Amino acid sequence: MTLGFYPGCSLKGSSREYAESVLAVARAFDVNIQEISDWNCCGATAAHNLNRDLSVALPARILSLAEEQGFEDIVVPCAACYSRLTVTGHQLDADASLRTRIAEINNKEYRGTTRILNVVQMLDKYVTPNLESKIKTPFNHRVACYYGCYLVRPHEILKFDREEDPQSMDDLMLKIGATPVDWAFKTECCGAGLSVSRTSSVGRLSGQIMKDAHDRGAEAVVVACPMCHSNLDMRRDAINSFLGEKIDIPVLYVTQAIGLAVGIDRKELALQRHFVKVTI
Amino acid sequence: MSSENGHSLLSGLGSEVLEHTSVKVTKCYQCGKCSAGCPLAEEMDYPPSMIMRMLQTGNRDLEEKVLRSFSIWVCLTCEMCFARCPMSIDIPKMMDFLREKALKQRKASPKAKEIIAFHKSFLDSIRYTGRLYEIGLFADYKSRTLKILDDIALAPAMLKRGKLNIFPEMIRDRKGIASMFRKTVKKNNN
Repeated sequence: MTLGFYPGCSLKGSSREYAESVLAVARAFDVNIQEISDWNCCGATAAHNLNRDLSVALPARILSLAEEQGFEDIVVPCAACYSRLTVTGHQLDADASLRTRIAEINNKEYRGTTRILNVVQMLDKYVTPNLESKIKTPFNHRVACYYGCYLVRPHEILKFDREEDPQSMDDLMLKIGATPVDWAFKTECCGAGLSVSRTSSVGRLSGQIMKDAHDRGAEAVVVACPMCHSNLDMRRDAINSFLGEKIDIPVLYVTQAIGLAVGIDRKELALQRHFVKVTI
Repeated sequence: MSSENGHSLLSGLGSEVLEHTSVKVTKCYQCGKCSAGCPLAEEMDYPPSMIMRMLQTGNRDLEEKVLRSFSIWVCLTCEMCFARCPMSIDIPKMMDFLREKALKQRKASPKAKEIIAFHKSFLDSIRYTGRLYEIGLFADYKSRTLKILDDIALAPAMLKRGKLNIFPEMIRDRKGIASMFRKTVKKNNN
């Protein structure tokens, strides 16, 4: 069975190291993975802030394409895209008149036959069963697993991990030999969509997150969302100027941490693309 | 249900919210958990629980203040309020409706100019190519806001790390995307 891959826009641009590390881990575990052909942007925050029908139509087109192309499972590594696609699928499943309206707008049917996996669910299903035997260098570090918003909320629809103090990434990190720290900001928002239009808010919100990770002795923050990553990594100057101190803890994608543990080359995991140097 | 006296169970904007989103503002009993957990509450003119209360009153002036508030735009849809609400009131869904309405009625807070400009630039980018083109988004956003110097140092640093595409990625079915936008965004004039 071929696993469908919806990279989303960030993974093709500013967060391409996330895509690179997802694909590198898939290769290392012989997962047959293929990009959904001719996919479009999910619309992200902009669409649902401005227009409801568009915010459903854009993800619906992606789900229709995945169905047309015969994918039973698709992995959506970007937590924001994952949330948009899953919420849209839920709304379409529950509302026949919405389904009809969107089919007319998109000129495409939606049947609801594709399973949407976030990156942790994909790893649990395709990677974890063989993980232990493949570990070359245990990832012997204290890590703060940062889930952010869209991986766990809204729970009523995503039904993934606990909304407060989720554990799925912590469990994965334990399996590769890391020590997850107990901390308070696992699901606090990083500022996400305000990164460009209100960078000061991002400095404050992401600053509180990095400060707690730092105070609890984390050597790295582990994430599963390109927006969380770019706010915590690329906006580190804004964070440090908010905090008035210099925190230089690197931020790794969960796939990069696993990749390091199973001996994938650092370049292949694209660690060099981060703003905050990865020294661990 | 709706009335002019402002003392009915649900009227005006609150009933519109119910009609369009199934969110019942009357269920809120003002425990304040949404405002306590909201990461942006301190930057808002009215925190989420106060927005709920304002809508409960059915008072026209207060409803007007809600639509003109900065709160509805600085809300990040992080969904924390919904997660913690003991009455499971889907506040983020309500916020989406309020934003769309404020925009349609040209009542959006002037303080939210940059936030709205960013959203519009974002949608314009995908309207023409099907995917987000980050350089195009930045250029368009800057032309809308005249914030020319913001983040100017970021571009070369991103380029050096291979994080910016010089050219946009174009999907094949651009006609399909254009038609999707025509059928949704255009009729709402945003």
